[in-house]
Amino acid sequence: MTSFDAIVIGGGHNGLTAAAALSRGGRKVMVLEAHQKAGGALRGDSFHPGFQANGPAQIVNRLDPDVAKLLALPDNLAGGRDVPTVVLSDRVEPAILESAYGERIRGVSKDEADRFRLLRDTLISQAGILRRFLKRTPPPLKAVGISDLAALGSAGLALLLKGREESRDFLRMLLMNVADIGDEYLTDDRLKALIAFDATLGVQLGPRSPTSLLGLYYRLTGEANGHVGGQFVPEGGVAALGEAFVAGAVKAGVTLRTSAPVARILADRGVVSGVVLESGETFTAPIIVAAIHPKTTFLTLVDAAEIGTGFRRAIGNIRSLGNVARLDLALDVPPSFPGVPQDALTGRLVIGRSMEHVETAFNPSKYGELPADPVMEVMLPSLAQPSLAPSGAATLSALIPFVPYALKEGWEHGRSRLEATALAALERHAPGIGRTVRAARLMAPPDIETAYHMPGGHWHHGELQADQLLVNRPVHAASRFSTPIQGLFLASAGSHPGGGISGLPGLLAARHILAGDRR
Amino acid sequence: MILDPAQRRALHVHIAAPRLETPFHPRIQALSTTNDWYSWAGYKAPHSVFDDELEYFAIRSTAALFDISPMIKYRIRGADAERFLNRLTLRDVRKLKPGRVQYTAWCDDHGHVLDDGTLFRLAETDFRLCCQERHLPWLTDSANGFDVTIDEETETLAALALQGPTSFSVLDAAGFAGIETLKPFQLARFDHEGHEITISRTGFTGDLGYELFAPADIALSLWDRIWNAGQPFGLQAIGYGALNRARIEAGFIVANADFTTAEAALRTDRVRLPDEIGLDWLVDLEKPFFNGRDPILGARQKKSLKHILVGLEIEGNIAAEHALVYHRRTREAGIVTAGIWSPMAKRNIAIANLARPYGERILDDLWVEIYALRELQYQKMMKRAKIVPRPFIRLDRRTATPPGRF
Repeated sequence: MTSFDAIVIGGGHNGLTAAAALSRGGRKVMVLEAHQKAGGALRGDSFHPGFQANGPAQIVNRLDPDVAKLLALPDNLAGGRDVPTVVLSDRVEPAILESAYGERIRGVSKDEADRFRLLRDTLISQAGILRRFLKRTPPPLKAVGISDLAALGSAGLALLLKGREESRDFLRMLLMNVADIGDEYLTDDRLKALIAFDATLGVQLGPRSPTSLLGLYYRLTGEANGHVGGQFVPEGGVAALGEAFVAGAVKAGVTLRTSAPVARILADRGVVSGVVLESGETFTAPIIVAAIHPKTTFLTLVDAAEIGTGFRRAIGNIRSLGNVARLDLALDVPPSFPGVPQDALTGRLVIGRSMEHVETAFNPSKYGELPADPVMEVMLPSLAQPSLAPSGAATLSALIPFVPYALKEGWEHGRSRLEATALAALERHAPGIGRTVRAARLMAPPDIETAYHMPGGHWHHGELQADQLLVNRPVHAASRFSTPIQGLFLASAGSHPGGGISGLPGLLAARHILAGDRR
Repeated sequence: MILDPAQRRALHVHIAAPRLETPFHPRIQALSTTNDWYSWAGYKAPHSVFDDELEYFAIRSTAALFDISPMIKYRIRGADAERFLNRLTLRDVRKLKPGRVQYTAWCDDHGHVLDDGTLFRLAETDFRLCCQERHLPWLTDSANGFDVTIDEETETLAALALQGPTSFSVLDAAGFAGIETLKPFQLARFDHEGHEITISRTGFTGDLGYELFAPADIALSLWDRIWNAGQPFGLQAIGYGALNRARIEAGFIVANADFTTAEAALRTDRVRLPDEIGLDWLVDLEKPFFNGRDPILGARQKKSLKHILVGLEIEGNIAAEHALVYHRRTREAGIVTAGIWSPMAKRNIAIANLARPYGERILDDLWVEIYALRELQYQKMMKRAKIVPRPFIRLDRRTATPPGRF
């Protein structure tokens, strides 16, 4: 039996961030990772001999600067060349958004570009108000402290300072759907398709679903390369960033144990005491930080006898069925997308011709069915990282949203059908690509669940929707990183502020723990 | 959706019988001369059978038979049953031996009482939980993560309370051999016409008494067996009016009469922690975690308990039910939830819910304002009240083993 000041369960980027912060705070910290390699969703793998894939995350657009500093992430990984977003449509040239979510747009009229910029500026300015809440512990509703009041007050003040008109507009738009906002501001179907796609990627909402604009706000609360809406691929790929997180944590003094799946979290009468590994090995610590899905923490690792019925029921009710599939293709040669300039091929290629296209792709998912004409986000990772594929060959990865976790027809048959549908969609934008496919791997939400230990295969560890945010993330009684079990803290994407490669849940959880000691 | 009206009606036949009848109903109806029924958990139950007053005296002087079939009954079985119940309820179920019964209560996550009741340990992994309100969703939600099954037995299991000084003699005469060895809160199995029935030495009267549980289809023959054996011992069928007097004397509380259960409360300040309704003695902080543990402990440490349940002795002989309690005749301090003139204690007694510090630090100068409606005119009386311990009566025969014979 070995003892630590704190044990972090889960070696994903949030677990490593929390561990590094606690270690820098003077704690003896150990991270337990179930997989033989830490890095979580940043972990890449080989999907065909000679071909490597990145993890579920394709790009980085919200990595927190404090997290990068804490883990001493090298500049070429904590930032990088801003990559454009290319909207691929049918029979129309692509629209290409450059620098910080379309500061400049190619392929649309000047008027439309101005309209998009107006929308973009409005949303970024409004997202700025929400951002104040994303980098601090959500306020306790019972006993609101001075600093919480100050944050609320300053948000209110910021709102007022923007002017009466603007603040009214913010309150009007906050819970609207992205389709109505798109129609209000834009005329170009490609741009409407893009905001509809970005607002709904990774949440089970269609563009016309109420509150779907929140997804876009969330995206625009993130910063990369020092500006809102920036996006980059780290040099060496997302997997390299994962390795840098691991190196940073180890450098901060964290003990890392891989291939060490936790079987149980030990607690007695509301106080945590340690963990037992599947191997039977026991570690004691007064602080356990669960940087894994909250459902795994409380439905699998903590004995039901150690938590309240209502709390366990609330955890069980977290909506966390993932709806994004990932397709990795091993290609004989780099694909060509006619109309897309060479320098834009390293960016995000979003297939979506209109807002209706996105909505239509969403509709069948409500009934457990696959989209007949999917929208998707395509990237060509090996263009920037030649090492991912053998010389001359290439890789393509695609995120396909609105793919139900519980597929009515069953995944045995559905997997190959979705793969064929996706390839047909790719063929329309990159003619001839089908003939060059050497191997394909499709990861449906249940596959992501298994590979990355994410219940439901949901990369945000729970839907990022209005009822599961802020003081209700993941559930109200555990929304401030602490839980009903004293000494057990949450630090995954399932906690405030939510998913994406930000490191903030881990950082804020660690800060909360360290602040608690000083109180 | 079914559109044919005849078919729709056929699916809703229960509307035609808004009150269910218990398995003993034919016998009680035949005995009833007052035709005085009320609804107990959806069942037609007697408020009185022949005479409220005489029925009460049957409990205290001879023996009384009270149909408790509408009581909510859950069967909890499985390898984790003990662990499940230990997390659910306030007392330590590990200390409850097979063949024993525990009075207990259970709370939600906030420590607010959901109900009180009795827990029967029929065997190592086999329990029965009896209570006032229905809790199936709470129990099944609580069962997640445990190897237990939960069955609702309210309809299939008939139950009778046989209470009073001659109740032992009645069972003895009815041929339940070995009943004399039963200690309070102990249960045993007996045979009735080839079926197993359970008899426990429990009750809600503070008197010598038993409770019998039998499958519904042998209920009537069990009633007849007891009834016939009981005739020489003054056995009477009784209604809730008589039982209510006896339970107030015994100081027992009734859910949603003396306190509002957490699931029934509509107003946020009506919920109660165990310590606020006199159930603090059930809370076992030494046992493993249980629902509501932290808030109960927290309220004790922070001294944030808001209410207290007390026994009152009130001057005069006018029952003070639902009267307001005052301090120094002016400041409102609480409410009487149940009150009677006690024929046994020869005192005017009441159970009251007071707002702390009344009943906690301020114990003197309490008054009760009684409104007596006399021929369409309220007579308002301010009566002096004194906090006294519960139960208001203690009967040695309740615990004597073997019980006295008549």
